[in-house]
Order: sequence, then C-alpha cells, then structure tokens
Amino acid sequence: MSTVIPIKQVDLVGQPIVNYRDVLSGKEIAAIEHECSLYESRPAAAIDALQIVQGERRWISDESLYAIADMLGMSATELEGIATFYNLIYRLPVGEHVIHLCNSISCWLHDYQTIADHLSKTLNIEFGQTTKDGKITLLPNVCLGCCDKAPALMLDGELVENLDIKSIDTLLQGLSGGKNA
Amino acid sequence: MHKPLSQYLDLVNPQNLQAYQSTGGYEGFTNALKMPPQEVQQQVSDAKLKGRGGAGFMTGMKWSFVPMGEDAPKNKYLVCNADEMEPGTFKDRWLMEGAPHLLIEGMMIAAYAIGADVAYIFLRGEYRLCATRLQQAIDEAQAAGLLGDNINGSEYSLKLHLHTSAGRYICGEETALINALEGKRANPRAKPPFPQVVGLFGRPTIVNNCETLCNLPCILKHGAHWYTQISDGEDTGSKIFGISGRVKHAGLWELPMGTSARHILELSGGMQDGLILRGWLPGGASTDFLLPEHLDTPMEYDAIAKAGSRMGTGVIIALDDQHCPVGMILNLLQFFAQESCGWCTPCRDGLPWAVEILTRIEAGQGSQDDLDALQQLCGFMWIGKTFCALAPGAVEPLRSGMKYFADDFQQHIDHKGCPHRH
Repeated sequence: MSTVIPIKQVDLVGQPIVNYRDVLSGKEIAAIEHECSLYESRPAAAIDALQIVQGERRWISDESLYAIADMLGMSATELEGIATFYNLIYRLPVGEHVIHLCNSISCWLHDYQTIADHLSKTLNIEFGQTTKDGKITLLPNVCLGCCDKAPALMLDGELVENLDIKSIDTLLQGLSGGKNA
Repeated sequence: MHKPLSQYLDLVNPQNLQAYQSTGGYEGFTNALKMPPQEVQQQVSDAKLKGRGGAGFMTGMKWSFVPMGEDAPKNKYLVCNADEMEPGTFKDRWLMEGAPHLLIEGMMIAAYAIGADVAYIFLRGEYRLCATRLQQAIDEAQAAGLLGDNINGSEYSLKLHLHTSAGRYICGEETALINALEGKRANPRAKPPFPQVVGLFGRPTIVNNCETLCNLPCILKHGAHWYTQISDGEDTGSKIFGISGRVKHAGLWELPMGTSARHILELSGGMQDGLILRGWLPGGASTDFLLPEHLDTPMEYDAIAKAGSRMGTGVIIALDDQHCPVGMILNLLQFFAQESCGWCTPCRDGLPWAVEILTRIEAGQGSQDDLDALQQLCGFMWIGKTFCALAPGAVEPLRSGMKYFADDFQQHIDHKGCPHRH
C-alpha cells in the first residue's frame, strides 16, 4: 500500500516537499481551492482541506499531509500539529466503516458501557483498532448531541440512536453483508 | 404562549425559503435593513437578550464594543458558534435541523447590526444533517438575493459560509474558535484584545451562539417590548430548555425564561419508574450540581447562580439514585481531560490527575488523602489559575459533587468499593 512519494527536495527541518499536483486529484484540488477562496489566507483552509482529502481517501497519509501543506503554503510540521489536534481527522488507516460510539454523560447514564463491551467483543477489537479484514474501525466519541436518544453512535457520519444489544447485532450483520463479523 | 423559535420547527421537513417567508420569515431582517445598524443594536439591547451559549452575557452589550462608523475597519466578521459539544446539550442541533432559515435570518440581522460583510457558521463536524440543511438554506437565500451584493436593493452586502469543524470541545471557546476558523490548532487566545476589536484574521469579530442568533428575528419583527413580555421573570424572552438522563421522555421544549426546573422535569414525565432524582446539572457538564430541593429555582442566570450553579446551556442532566455520583463525576472529568487543548499546565496536567484519583476512588482503592488532593485540585484549576474557562468548568461538577455527595465518596473509601456496583 506504500506508494513512492515523489520527493523533490527537503525543507530546512528535513520535511519532504512534494508537489501537490503529483499527489492530489483534480477533484480534491478544486474543492480545496474553493475553500481557500472563502478565507483571507490559504492556511485557514487547512482543516477543510484535511477533511476533503480524508473524504476521498478515508484517512490522511504522510503523503497527503505533505501535499496539502504544499498546496496551502504552510509547513508540514505545522499541518501535522493541526491534523493530530482534531478528533475527526484520522492519521492512521481506518476500515471501510468507522463507528464512533458516544461515551459522554447522557449515554453513560444509559449504560453505554454494555454497548461498548458488546461491540468490542463481537468485533474482537479494542477501541482504536480496526478489524482484521479491514472492514470496521471502532472509536469513542464525545457527546454526539442526541442525549434524548441515548445511547447513540455515529456510523460513517450517520447517527444510530436508542441502541441496545439487538440493534447493535443487526447493525453489524448489515455491515458484514449478513455474515458474522 | 409565544414560541418565536420553535414555531418554525419541523424536524422531518424543515421549511424551505418560500415556506419560511410565507409564515413571516425574513420580516425581522427586512425591518432591520430599514434602520441604521446602531438602532438594531439598540433594539437588541432593549430586548435584554442574553447569550444562550452558557455565559449569559448581554448580546447588545457585546455588539457595542465593535468599532462602527466611517473610521471602523472595512472588514468585520460575524461568526455563529454552532460547535455544540457540551455533554448533555442538544438544543442547537434541534434548531438547525428543524429551522435552518431561522438561524440564517438571525445571522443576517446580527451581521447587519455590526456592519460585518462576511459571516461564518462554525458547525461541529458530527452534525452532518445540520450541515446539509444549512447549506441548502444558504443556497436558497443566495439565489433569492437575500445574501450577496446589495441585499434587497440596499447598500448592504453579506457573504455567508458554512465551516464544519473537525471536532474539539475547546472550539466552543470563542477565541479558540477563531483560531480554528483560521485553520489553526484551537488554543484560546489571551484577552485583551477582545475579538470584538481584534478577532478573526485580526479584524473586529462577533461570535454569537446559534440559539442567541435564532432569537433575533422575532425581536426585530415584533420589537423589544414584545420580547421582554414573553417571560415574567428577571431574564427576557424564551429559551430552549431540555432534560436528559433516566427520565421518562428526554427532550427539549421552548419555554419562557425563568421556568422552573421542576416544570421541565414534569414535561419529561418525571424520573423513570422506580428511580429517584438525586441531583441535576442545570446546563451541561460544566455546571455545578444542584439537588432536588433546588428544583423550584427559576431557570434564570442570576437565580441559578444564587442557588450555587450556572444556567449554562439550560439543558438539564438528571442523576438518579441507581447511578453512582462518583462514577458520573469520573465520566465528566474524563471528557474534560481528553478535551483539554493542553495549552496551560493546570488544565493539561490537573485534569488527568483528577481522573486518576477519581478512577482509584471509584475502584475502591482511594484513601482519605485522595479526597484532600481532589479538593486542592479544585483550587489549582479554578478561575484565574488557568488560561480559559475549560478547567474551571470541569471543577464545577467536581467541587459541588464532593460537597453534595460527600457520603458517597466516603463510602467508596470506607468500604473499598463502589456501592452501586453489584
């Protein structure tokens, strides 16, 4: 899965400088350019750019990071500081599906721990890991803002509410195409 | 009773521009556009609208610090804080999903009042449905000439953009939000200078909460006096109140300011069968616990403060007798420890330390010294010791929890275990 990064040169602190046009697609470049046009400076679009590229590639690889930094005219080190700061930017590969289970107070009062344990056991992974077949990544999330329908999770950006063991089983079966995950 | 916010609400099929206009939408903005900006500010001051994000600062007063007139900087910004991440709070989502045009109109009024030419909605990344519906509303308003150049034939022009965040609680702090909007790590900034003078990209900037902005259309439509008549208490207007936890029907209701917490609990049907209310957080994770004896306190900024807490977001979290107060506080502190931006030491190091101690106590391995250490930590992380309000917010449920549930803490230590675990 490792592609060779077309490194042209290295900057003062040894970070590779890549030409973003060698890495990013035309679609990604157009979307990022649009975001740049909405702010007073290009680096201001950093978080949008990370989200755009992640939307296309599921996660932010080093290669993507260097390319975005090049496109926005900022150092890769600075962009790394931003990418790792925000909860919804993935700097490691994730599965085809990403589950974010809410672990905040209203879900705690509705025993989210039972749901967490069941997910972990059924998928045979800990939170922060991806199933061996690369299908599902399991992550915690702070309050999803649907406390009236707790416990809740976010599956690929969509909310799933009022969870119980049965609905989790149905959900996981759907994701694994009917087979046991 | 008037429900100037939720009257437009449709969670399944939110009103499009035409439907919103046909029920009186954008009349407030049309009125505003006929007045000088300072008069719009005056109306909002007269309406005594207080910020609904949690701090309860007077909106009109906040606006009044923005430089106005010929000598004012040419570019000014309005930002809607829709980064609703306070645990237990879900009111802004409700408004944005159900009435996207109400927020857009509110933002247009605020932007006009301060002379901003660009506005951003800073939306939390998890709120996907809000993003879709808001973008649709922006596009509709744009196509109808309500946004863009020379709105309604006036000299006023406004661009409105949607920014979806990538998730961090600290983005709710207004100076951290401004950094995030500039594409940076969301560390708070030192104040002064205040954002009203030096904000986004160094220009005068107002950051208002989503619900605050949603209150503006009715003020400009019906006038300040009408607005102050909605409630008969100290604070004016209506508010989205709500409750979650082990109640029969958790949810949200638009009610006059000053409605009692008991009434909100009653609207939810009360506690679930067999459960007894032990305590409640009036408005999110960063507010002090109150007890059942405080239920008749009006949900108003001063009254809740007098009772020893903060109204915060006005969405209550109820603690029942089957759940361990120590466990609840541990969960709250875990959230704050994770979401600390790490900028200042008391917060970055103090919160994980508090989590470590609470974990030990909850596991039955705590000592008397641990209780003293927790008390000390509450002092180390209090206002004036930290860079922003995140750590003091975390201290609120901790210090009040240790006061009101002292027996529970003691039991964990004396009996070397959590009495709620079987």
